[in-house]
Amino acid sequence: MARTVQGHGGGLAEKVGKRLETMQSSQAWNSIFRPGSIFRKGYTDSPRNRSYVIMNSVLYHLHPVKVKRHAVKVSYTLCLGGLSFFLFIVLTVTGIFLMFFYRPTAAQAWDDIQSLHTSVTFGLLVRNMHRWGAHLMVLSVFLHMARVFYHGAYKPPREFNWVIGVILLTLTLLLSFTGYLLPWDQLALWAVTVGTNMMGYTPVFGDQVRFVLLGGVEIGTDTLLRWYVLHVLMLPFVLVIFLAVHFWRVRKDGGISGPL
Amino acid sequence: MTEIPEHLLKRAQEAKAKAAAKKGGGPPSGGADGGGAAGGDDAGKIPAHLLARSEAARGASEGGGVATAERPAGGAVATMPGAGAQAPPLATGPEGHTQRLLTVVKAGSIQDVKAKPVDKVHTWPHLLVGEFVACLAMTAFLLVFSAVVNAPLLSLANFNLTPNPSKAPWYFLGLQELLTMFHPMVAGVTIPGMGIFGLMLAPYTDRNPSARPEDRKFAIALFTLFVMFWAVLVIIGSFFRGPGFNFTFPWNDGVFFDL
Repeated sequence: MARTVQGHGGGLAEKVGKRLETMQSSQAWNSIFRPGSIFRKGYTDSPRNRSYVIMNSVLYHLHPVKVKRHAVKVSYTLCLGGLSFFLFIVLTVTGIFLMFFYRPTAAQAWDDIQSLHTSVTFGLLVRNMHRWGAHLMVLSVFLHMARVFYHGAYKPPREFNWVIGVILLTLTLLLSFTGYLLPWDQLALWAVTVGTNMMGYTPVFGDQVRFVLLGGVEIGTDTLLRWYVLHVLMLPFVLVIFLAVHFWRVRKDGGISGPL
Repeated sequence: MTEIPEHLLKRAQEAKAKAAAKKGGGPPSGGADGGGAAGGDDAGKIPAHLLARSEAARGASEGGGVATAERPAGGAVATMPGAGAQAPPLATGPEGHTQRLLTVVKAGSIQDVKAKPVDKVHTWPHLLVGEFVACLAMTAFLLVFSAVVNAPLLSLANFNLTPNPSKAPWYFLGLQELLTMFHPMVAGVTIPGMGIFGLMLAPYTDRNPSARPEDRKFAIALFTLFVMFWAVLVIIGSFFRGPGFNFTFPWNDGVFFDL
């Protein structure tokens, strides 16, 4: 990073290089980038710095400094767990964008989506990404589960992390399902009608379950508000908690499962 | 510190008890004691002359002062003396030695190196680069796909106009498919509930310790059956169900399916 650009005649390139070096030596710069950051002056590829990159980064230190060699192979994990998490992040970002243009009432929801398509810059694109990303996430979470099963990775000491994983799959389905209602179009209304009718057949307190889900006896603007809060706040909140435990357990149980 | 394995402790305990029982109140006699302790299998490892020497030392230190007092069981694993009534003097041997032989441990009987070297690589760059590329590829795919294919937005929700067929989201179409065969309580609650519960119990019901595919054919077959069961139901529900949720062929009547 600190390399000065070599140019014949020097001139501008040399000036820029010098300026960069001064900046990297400044107190402000060094207070921002911790030791081991590749942006620090004099970063070299040494085992010590390789460890620092992980230890000194709030995001990367989800990982251990070193991992088993086989764990790095794409053919072992197919990146499915990581991609599920990445899709969750994408969905969070695009979802926050969508929240700016959406009001969860029966009178306004559909119009808001319509105007998102027509009069919001990149509105349609972001909505598409949110929708397709959601379907992909359901798929990747499911495939992740299948991968883990076929590797027998749920065996001791990882039994409980598998249980958390099943909970995460359920939460993913619920998140997707609650989001399904929000556009308030014919597809949403009737898909949710079918779904909630099924849950109304829960033995003993089926009617109560249905009432709680719908916020009334039939789907309406109360249902929309309820599912909106579930979708944007409550279920993601719960999911993040389980996600944290899931990641933590991966490390506490000794990293990802061994080679077959 | 190395922890002494439980079975060794237990064995030493037994030997001690045995030796104490043998002695009763009789005067200590080196040879007999050594022989008695040798009955415990551990004591056999201690050379007889060492045992004799420690007996002699103990005898000397206690002198005749305590005639029939309870003595700490010498046995195979020597313990610190001083269970007697007096303040324990530092035991000295016949020639005034101040050190005692506590135990003789054969190399390899207790030492056990548990940490096996694991072949590891640095997360940065080996793992992070892969993750970064995977995320980039996913972003690119999602962006391009979203630019080309629009998410469906049908007409405004209308309670008076039921579309035919009405379908649940695709991941629930397996359940909706079951609805054609079973009572709604079975199809909508019992079967999915049991499915999730069964999945959660998988690690506790599968007692097979091996993770190798050739050792767990049954588990793999069962899970594959489970996945295929849902996959087939979802595909039928998605593409082979038309108006009235009746069976159709998509190449005859078209696809009645929105994502």
